[in-house]
Amino acid sequence: MSASFERGINAFKEQMDAPVAAFFSSCVRCGLCAEACLFYTETGDPKFTPINKLEPMRRVWKQEYSFWGKLTGALGLSKPVTDAELTEWETLVYDSCTLCGRCSMVCPVGNDIAYMIRKMREGMAASGHAPEGLIGATQRAVTIGSPMGVKLPALQAQIRHAEKDLGFSIPVDVEGVDYMLLLSSMEIMNFPEFISAVARIFRHAGVSWTISSEAFEATNSGIQIGVSEIAAELVERIVAAAAKLKVKYVISPECGHAYMAIRWEGPNLIGRRYDFKVVHILELLDELRASGRLQTSGKETQRLTYHDPCQISRRGGVVQQPRNLMNQIAADFVEMPETGTMNWCCGAGGGVSSNERADEIRLKVFNRKKKQLDVIHPDAIVSACSNCRIHLEDGLEEYEMDIPVLSLTETIAEHLVDREQKEGQQP
Amino acid sequence: MTETELLMWARGPALQVATVIFLLGVLVRILEILVLGRKASLAEARGSAVAGGLRTIVTRSIPDRGTLQRSTFNIVAGYIFHTGFFVVLFLFAPHILVFQDVLGFSWPSIPTQIIDATTIVTIIALLAVLAHRVRHRVMRFLSRFEDYLVWFVTILPLITGYFAFHRIGLTPPTLIAVHIISVELLMVVFPFTKLMHAFTLFMARYYNGAIAGYRGVNS
Repeated sequence: MSASFERGINAFKEQMDAPVAAFFSSCVRCGLCAEACLFYTETGDPKFTPINKLEPMRRVWKQEYSFWGKLTGALGLSKPVTDAELTEWETLVYDSCTLCGRCSMVCPVGNDIAYMIRKMREGMAASGHAPEGLIGATQRAVTIGSPMGVKLPALQAQIRHAEKDLGFSIPVDVEGVDYMLLLSSMEIMNFPEFISAVARIFRHAGVSWTISSEAFEATNSGIQIGVSEIAAELVERIVAAAAKLKVKYVISPECGHAYMAIRWEGPNLIGRRYDFKVVHILELLDELRASGRLQTSGKETQRLTYHDPCQISRRGGVVQQPRNLMNQIAADFVEMPETGTMNWCCGAGGGVSSNERADEIRLKVFNRKKKQLDVIHPDAIVSACSNCRIHLEDGLEEYEMDIPVLSLTETIAEHLVDREQKEGQQP
Repeated sequence: MTETELLMWARGPALQVATVIFLLGVLVRILEILVLGRKASLAEARGSAVAGGLRTIVTRSIPDRGTLQRSTFNIVAGYIFHTGFFVVLFLFAPHILVFQDVLGFSWPSIPTQIIDATTIVTIIALLAVLAHRVRHRVMRFLSRFEDYLVWFVTILPLITGYFAFHRIGLTPPTLIAVHIISVELLMVVFPFTKLMHAFTLFMARYYNGAIAGYRGVNS
């Protein structure tokens, strides 16, 4: 990537569309978005007000796309955006915004601020103002195929390990099956139990599936950093693998941004529709539950809550499915105050966790999650995003809270009725 | 210029100029947004973008409980001054006569005592909003000259209207002229400032709701 200030400004211009213009035209600077943002509520610093994070892009819009701005610009009355300002805004756009979109739910005039931050990152990256951590993750994603540098042998080792425990094989590169499962690097390295859990559930429910050795990484650093060309390249790899294996569905794993990337942004990045459908693992599990193919026995008796990963619920639309699944396996399922599409972000999404510079602030703003948890005192937190899980664990440790964090998929796998029992029940 | 001439000027050429600037300005601002266009999403829809957009236009008028608790003053004062302003503007009998002249039809007015009280309440709410803007750290941080200018041109017609109605200080023709000129000032400033939100918020809410609705989310 050869970044320059001019390329950055041009990227801002390329990102302008009618929604952005309507949003900037409508802002009355009421400040309500600040109260929706954990980076403001937990620091009290007004610079973290969501709409302020867009100020350089707003000025480009005003100066280039409004009659009044053009007129004042021609008269020399407006101040062009400078490279120094973009430097100043870098931490606001990358370190202190997780693209969680809570501000977009609250703005009284209806501004989708997260939609604009996503666009602003295109200009920030093009002008050379992306954080080192995200640049590294993106380079690894392009060259190695994983932002964490996880190569195929590492996945194969985890699969072999899982197969040994399971006593049956995990399908890899099997053509003509229904589903192709994607994984996040974090799942492969930190939560390999997820692979076993999915294998057990799919065997139980009779789902035909496979993992591709050529495209197993679900996350998309290109989106987090804001470089659409790279994001598109990463999506193309998945599309090619799905075509090669002739699958009908691609499964997005327990990862919020992966779901956003492959489900909602992917076709737009590559400029064409998919030949397959994308389902989130929770959507699929809930379908299997509803159709009776996923049968569980017994319920967790401890007090469980569900943390909505922002990109899965608020930005992704998978809101009710995890609740159906929770009710299936939890006797004491309790919601946090402000949940579902209004849930508070853990503080590490949108590339924040890949950006070491943001480590201090992400832990500071976790205090918002702590406040939510302090109201309901759960025995354990269930979630569906490995990035959320890692940060929840980090945050809980930082605040000395002894609450385990579980995966919803893994918890369901623990409650499967055994095969013999299931087969015995079938007519 | 005599006071009669001033009134004639305010009701005649000044009003014409202000109306042209207002209408043309608003039209240009809306077209500037629409011409930028929007790419249709190629992702398979889960819900209806149109239904989501229309829903959010309505639902975004009601704050969620958490926001209401965290920003009570902002929301309550905002509601009061917006409602008050529209009640005075559209339900005061003499205003309806002006609209009838232009539009050719009219609607019922409400008693002047209520208009009078509403004006006072609205002015107080706007003063409170200004105090809040100056004192609240986020609002002070975000505020620019434009925000104070917009506040000024919004409260001015309420104050001049109140003075004209109660005939305070000057002769009635002068008071009416000053009131009309203050409205014209609001109209002229309107297309160049955030006052445009009165129109564009419907577009912004629609886009927000459509983006979310397409994904099956009620925003």
